[in-house]
Amino acid sequence: MKRDNINRRNFLKKIGLGATAVAATSALSSCGKGASTLLSPEGSHTLEVPKDKMTYRTSNVNGDKISILGYGCMRWPTKDDPNDPTKRVLDQERVNELIDYALEHGINYFDTAPVYGMGQSETVTGIALSRHPRESYRVATKLSNQRIPAGLSPKETFRRSVEMYHNSMKALQIDYIDYYLLHSIGGGRDSFATLNYRFFDNGVLDFLVEEKKAGRIRNLGFSFHGDVRIFDHMLKLHDEGKYRWDFVQIQMNYLDWRHASNREENAEYLYNELTKRGIQAIIMEPLLGGRLSNLPQYVIQRLKSQKPQDSVASWAFRWVGSFDNILTVLSGMTYMEHLQDNIRTYSPLEKCSEADFEYLEETADIISKYPLIPCNDCEYCMPCPYGIDIPGVLLHYNKCVNEGNITQSVDDDNYKKARRAFLIGYDRSVPKLRQADHCINCRKCIDDCPQRIAIPVQLRRISKYVDELRGDGVI
Amino acid sequence: MLRRVRISLAAVFFTIITLLFLDLTGVIHTYFGWMAKVQFLPALLALNVGVILSLILLTLIFGRIYCSVICPLGVFQDLIAWGSKKVKKSKKPYSYSKPKSWLRVIVLAIFVVAIILGINSLVSILAPYSSYGRIASSLFQPIYRLGNNLLASIAEHYDSYAFYSVEVWVKSITTLVVAIITLVVIFILAARGGRTYCNTICPVGTILGFFSKFSFMKIKIDESKCKKCQMCSYQCKSSCINIGDFSVDHSRCVVCGNCLESCKFDAIKYEFSFSNFKKGFVNNSNPVSCKREASNSDNMGRRSFITAVAATTALSASAQAIKMDGGFAPIIDKKVPKRSNPITPAGSLSLKNLQEHCTSCQLCISVCPNQVLRPSSDLSRWMMPEMSYERGYCRTECNKCSEVCPTGAIKPISIEDKSSTQLGHAIWIKENCVVITDDVNCGNCATRCPSNAIQMVALDPNNPKSRTIPAVDETKCIGCGACENLCPARPFSAIVVEGHQVHKFI
Repeated sequence: MKRDNINRRNFLKKIGLGATAVAATSALSSCGKGASTLLSPEGSHTLEVPKDKMTYRTSNVNGDKISILGYGCMRWPTKDDPNDPTKRVLDQERVNELIDYALEHGINYFDTAPVYGMGQSETVTGIALSRHPRESYRVATKLSNQRIPAGLSPKETFRRSVEMYHNSMKALQIDYIDYYLLHSIGGGRDSFATLNYRFFDNGVLDFLVEEKKAGRIRNLGFSFHGDVRIFDHMLKLHDEGKYRWDFVQIQMNYLDWRHASNREENAEYLYNELTKRGIQAIIMEPLLGGRLSNLPQYVIQRLKSQKPQDSVASWAFRWVGSFDNILTVLSGMTYMEHLQDNIRTYSPLEKCSEADFEYLEETADIISKYPLIPCNDCEYCMPCPYGIDIPGVLLHYNKCVNEGNITQSVDDDNYKKARRAFLIGYDRSVPKLRQADHCINCRKCIDDCPQRIAIPVQLRRISKYVDELRGDGVI
Repeated sequence: MLRRVRISLAAVFFTIITLLFLDLTGVIHTYFGWMAKVQFLPALLALNVGVILSLILLTLIFGRIYCSVICPLGVFQDLIAWGSKKVKKSKKPYSYSKPKSWLRVIVLAIFVVAIILGINSLVSILAPYSSYGRIASSLFQPIYRLGNNLLASIAEHYDSYAFYSVEVWVKSITTLVVAIITLVVIFILAARGGRTYCNTICPVGTILGFFSKFSFMKIKIDESKCKKCQMCSYQCKSSCINIGDFSVDHSRCVVCGNCLESCKFDAIKYEFSFSNFKKGFVNNSNPVSCKREASNSDNMGRRSFITAVAATTALSASAQAIKMDGGFAPIIDKKVPKRSNPITPAGSLSLKNLQEHCTSCQLCISVCPNQVLRPSSDLSRWMMPEMSYERGYCRTECNKCSEVCPTGAIKPISIEDKSSTQLGHAIWIKENCVVITDDVNCGNCATRCPSNAIQMVALDPNNPKSRTIPAVDETKCIGCGACENLCPARPFSAIVVEGHQVHKFI
């Protein structure tokens, strides 16, 4: 194990050197507008956020004009619960500000789900949106019935699913849903059984088709993670004319295009299959929950050397926006700065050049060599019943990988520094009682991870690593 | 000159000994751990003959400089006295008072009897170094740590790893109260009368006072030069200069040198002299050779606590119809379980050994990096260290407490020996186990056990596919508490360690 790691480390060093040479010699003509034109010697206040330059895409089903930047409502800002200081709630005030700002700057697509944000996302989003005219925004929400416990009768799963559907409209304060999705199909230990249990055996899908006919659902589609056979199966149903998907939501970004993690299917396949059939794609995880902006230092340098004044994130957004068969790109923007940066990137979108595509393909190659855990901080695994902050632990590990603070042995030159950074940073980002050593391997989280991370295995690995570091005495 | 040397040395000793209780890095101990070990009572209880003889020899040569330099409580009193002098702006802060020999003898006698009878609480309350240790550990350490945590939060803000946060918690209310009372008493006595405590109560002061009467170097008044201005007497913290008959009570003098600098007529000197044997102390009993009753009471005197079956520990989100994404499950703090035998640290050999040697100075408790050691509330080992695993467990690679103990209550133990010392053994408590209460797979106790003493076995012996529960191999278990600490059951763990009265060695 140790030797393996050392080899990988040396390997990383080597590819690092190689890639530096590439970066130094490649004379790529910088395409796109770049932020430079907006900066002045007086400072960055001239970095304006255009209000009327947003790029729009047109739905090939009903001609709907959708902003290419869609608002993902999974990562709304939180604050301490005023009634219970041990809990967090979504911060309605900040959500209102973000939504108002988004609408003002041309964003008109908002994507939520009943389970997002500790179950509060729909309500909070509904409150914020209801302050605006209904025709100024499109709402997407989902049937998150994967969370209905297994083993219930079809009648019961139907009842609960329909209840969830009606609750969504109530929470969002709307009487029709613009985009309705079968949430995250492709998961479950037996993916076909799960799919049938959720939508087919109980007639829920047929019910939704009826609702669409009645006009209460404007577009029907699904979001996909996991077993690609389910994806193929759903498209087969479309081909055979049994069901018609108005759109499909997939995970796509320059890393997943050809370097999908775990057993996920490459986005290239998914996108091309949809394009073949003329089904427009809605993109989720264009930035992998920030993983494509919190990159290894070396990769950041690499991207910055090309466009020093553009954010690292903007590369990912420009890349994915450059595909034509995409209706909108969802981003869960927690902070105003993220929102502004993304609006800038897409107002208007300047597509990637051939050279950019190649450059990002090389970048993806490099990133995929780092031992990062593909956690996108979606919190589907949370709350862990035993209190562990799963994304907190995994993201801390990734942070240390990115910053070069994972050490393989005491003999490493940077062992002391890396150990200190890892242990002190660990206690700072995750309270002791929520750290990996408290994982009991109950495996309740396993099915919830859309990235199919073997969470208990990773937690055990990290806790072993931490234990070794701690075993070396005082920090 | 004498005064300046004394102040410089005292400052060094006092600062470093205080830092022994505060330091988070362990560096101070590496180089200056001996400073705790040259304290009189700890050395006496550790049967450290070399140190005791050296200290007695030191006193026989120079007088009670031990009290002025080495004893942190003594220097602490000097500090308070100096401060109060500044505040009062009095030119005559002290004056001669008659010796209270009877009080000194009685306190010393009580002290010796307490040692012989094993009344530990009394011994530790009277021990000067331990008194200071309790003040440093219960009062100074939290302040120091809060300061450190402030720096840590500033460092965090700047993304620096220069400082890191540490836990601050009240380890024992009674010890804290004792420390506060000691501080208040010492403060009042020192602010009003300088070394009153050292010359009336302190048993070490009384013992050394006996030897200092015969010391070679002494403070002497030259009757021919003395103008009886009493300046020296006004500056004497020990109130031991009687200008009336030009005498200095050398059993009380701590050789601070303040009198030397106050004399304008060069009439008072610190010089070589043969002692006269006018008055002497009667007491010369040796507190080392003491017998002790083994007191192993079963009444642990612990706080009473709720014995409600911890079936309510299930943290699952059963209240919700479906699991929503995000947020944290609440975590209930662990509570101290009832142990029929206390767990004492590796190196203490047995509860009896700990009780016989410990003076409750809190040094081991202060340096425990895993929040395992805390002062006991049980009267038979009041304020002595005991182990519990709510906040951490005794990590196998750590032997800090054994390194720092000055009294031999916790004898030095190597990491290798420690990992084969059985302090206690784990016991599974079915009613609390999440495998039963939550119907989930667990086994964290077995996973975390450093000595592979826990095997997971089928809950139903007839059904090998049933959920598994921990089975403890008592012959391998060393009682480190990793299982208890990391057990998901809350507030009471489903696996708890029972202490061994006498440690076993595998």
